[in-house]
Amino acid sequence: MYLARVTGRLVATQRYEPGLEGVRFQWIQPLDEAGQPMGAQLVAAVALDVGPGDFVHFIDGREAALALPDETYVPIDVAVTGFVEQAAVNGRDLAKED
Amino acid sequence: MFLADVVGTVVAPVQIPLLDGRTLLVVRPVQPSGSATAKTRVAIDTVGAGEGDRVLVIDEGNSGRQILDAPDGAVKTLIVGFVDAIERDGAIIFDHRTGNHAPSG
Repeated sequence: MYLARVTGRLVATQRYEPGLEGVRFQWIQPLDEAGQPMGAQLVAAVALDVGPGDFVHFIDGREAALALPDETYVPIDVAVTGFVEQAAVNGRDLAKED
Repeated sequence: MFLADVVGTVVAPVQIPLLDGRTLLVVRPVQPSGSATAKTRVAIDTVGAGEGDRVLVIDEGNSGRQILDAPDGAVKTLIVGFVDAIERDGAIIFDHRTGNHAPSG
């Protein structure tokens, strides 16, 4: 899993069905251990109660599909796995820094 | 499996159920010398590691599911061991007691 900041939402009404039916998408910016952007922003499937501005951890690859609550055989490769309240790294709390 | 240094902790009150009660640590994949080799990431701890420890990390789903005994688990990055020492070409290039990171490592 990696740390990230949720930066926005994404609406995609025309999508692959049934696999992606009802799946919410949000923009996330992966972050490195200094809290700096790490790679490009990603579109993540979100099944938890998180939204823009929240600090999260996410999983990628096949496991992302397994992170969704009910249907787990879906074409998802990035999924938010947790809302992070504190990420104390190298003596700094990255979750509290904007 | 790769070598990593534990550089932080993560507290996440809302998570996928699989992670409930699990300790999450931030790990920096490193060479024996301590220089970073890949992206720092979040790992599930299974051995009681803490900040400053040098650890073994496995980053692969099937192994993760086996370790957590969760056939459908969204898991792949886990700390699975402490590193006491590393020997290369007959020389100890890392010893956790002294924490010495030999420059050549």
